[in-house]
Amino acid sequence: MQSAPANTSTSQPAGSRRPLTLSDPAIKYLFLWPTVLLLIAFNVFPLFYSLYLSFTDFRAIANQPPNWIGIQNYSDILNDEQLWVYFRNTGRFVVTAVALETLVGFGIALLLRSKFWGSGVITTLILIPMMSAPVVVGLFWKLIFNPNYGIFNYLLGFAAGKGPDWIGDGDLAMWAIIIVDVWMWSPYVMLLSLAGLSAIPDYIYEAADIDRASPPYQFFRITLPQVAPLLLIAILFRTIEAFKAFDLVMGLTGGGPGDATEMVSVQLYRIAFLGQFNTGKASALAYIILVIIIGVSNLYIKYLNKVKAG
Amino acid sequence: MAKVTNETQSRIATVGRASLAVFLCILYLIPVVWMFSTAFKPRKAIISIPPQVFFTPTLEGFVGLFYKRSTLTPAQMEQYQQRTDLSWAERVALEQGLAITRQSDYVGQLRNSLIIAGGSTVLAVGMGLLSAYAFSRFRIKGQADLEFFILSTRMLPPVVVTIPIFLMYRRLGLYDTHFGLILLYTVFNLSLSVWLLKGFIDEIPKEYEEAALIDGYSRLQAFWKIVLPQAITGIAATTVFCLIFAWNEYAFALMLTSNRARTAPPSIPSVIGTSGVDWAAIAAGSLLFLIPVVIVVFALRRYLLRGITFGAIRQ
Repeated sequence: MQSAPANTSTSQPAGSRRPLTLSDPAIKYLFLWPTVLLLIAFNVFPLFYSLYLSFTDFRAIANQPPNWIGIQNYSDILNDEQLWVYFRNTGRFVVTAVALETLVGFGIALLLRSKFWGSGVITTLILIPMMSAPVVVGLFWKLIFNPNYGIFNYLLGFAAGKGPDWIGDGDLAMWAIIIVDVWMWSPYVMLLSLAGLSAIPDYIYEAADIDRASPPYQFFRITLPQVAPLLLIAILFRTIEAFKAFDLVMGLTGGGPGDATEMVSVQLYRIAFLGQFNTGKASALAYIILVIIIGVSNLYIKYLNKVKAG
Repeated sequence: MAKVTNETQSRIATVGRASLAVFLCILYLIPVVWMFSTAFKPRKAIISIPPQVFFTPTLEGFVGLFYKRSTLTPAQMEQYQQRTDLSWAERVALEQGLAITRQSDYVGQLRNSLIIAGGSTVLAVGMGLLSAYAFSRFRIKGQADLEFFILSTRMLPPVVVTIPIFLMYRRLGLYDTHFGLILLYTVFNLSLSVWLLKGFIDEIPKEYEEAALIDGYSRLQAFWKIVLPQAITGIAATTVFCLIFAWNEYAFALMLTSNRARTAPPSIPSVIGTSGVDWAAIAAGSLLFLIPVVIVVFALRRYLLRGITFGAIRQ
């Protein structure tokens, strides 16, 4: 590897010119602009376009140009009792799922922290759920949750048909989604926690041992504060992702039974792409979601900076 | 004495931790193993009570996934049983009293998935590589802002941009086309690709290229012959992360395609058997979909952390 430039230079005598020689600035822009332009075309332009649409009554299937209706869509959404139910569902899901993922993920990370025979394989195997398609995962868990022949109730010790109907029961369906989400995404928190744990230098613990600091004291005064920044990043990413939850819900419950597990993202899909194609209203809802996500992210980042500063 | 008990204690602690970890891992993998076994189960074994762990494996699920079938009348059954020109799939179907009528849509959808995931990955990695090189080696005005912009595109909830993109695609004739989805997945992978590759290229010493430039290489030659070979592991890791995203993507595919370019993820839920939900077929479809990912997870375990944190954290 070290001698690569020397080797190749013999096959390419100094001073020989290829037809294609570009100056450094030319290469710089040629390499950079396609990416930047594409990102602008697909992100910045749509962002402004949907902001405009959110103030109109546009329907994608009607052959009518959009009419400006001011903040009508926004006030409709904020006054819609039903939508608040969906926001509550989403909030409940996000808070519970992310909290459990943090506990489970961090717990497993503590178990796998110091290496033992096979710990590497276990770490890798646990990551499989996270890398699979959420819609397929959701769909398959439907079979696992089946009250008659699913293995979930069986492993919990219920006789066939006697256990709870996880998908069909309004109160339990939310927990079904939370369980699957925790199963799928705890490894994510685990992976980031492991990275944080491995970065803590040993001498801190050695010093604590000499001072005869108790294990709980060491955990709360050394381990937790040291891992906190990475753990918070994991929580931030998970919160954003959970807020967008769509695939999993569609695969597992489809928002049902009734609207017990209907989330805002699923509702957004229904408003925008099913039935009336209420494009204007959907754009307004999308913007409300975007503002919430940005707001929550900013809160986290502020807190994160405070933690980092000590 | 005290030292010995300490050591024994810590050994017991390790064994305890390890056994707990192994136990949790087994618990964790039950659904995956269950998917694997369901794919090979005959219909009766899937809905049996209590759940069956041991069974005679069959390929019914895979036949159900790849072919549309119709029920045979007893008379037709007899006729079928006398034929000797049946393919293996037809014979499997016959055992259930079914005849294969035609290939299911799943085959085409799997092909769409391959084309779209493959095409978008090549584009995203190619463009990402060029941009990452530019970011890594040249001074760029407003570099920090530009890098943040690229990162922020990944944070944007897809639902927010889907509606305008849907309208844009309809206008441009890109709705329900392979190219449309390829372009979209490229954009959504670009941020990851640029950030990951920049990290890898940053690690290649600049001196290699500088020496080559002095030797009379042009910048492009130096990039091609020196940087690329050195960045090959990074390129491989990035490729696979982009592939996984495009392979698993569901929401865009659901909203921006209908028949022609529909990929497998939005289709698997609609695999319905001749009578009710065909769990074996769904499991078979899920399994076929999962296997490439499992292989990849093992191949990539060293880079997983970098991949899911945009290369921000290096292992």
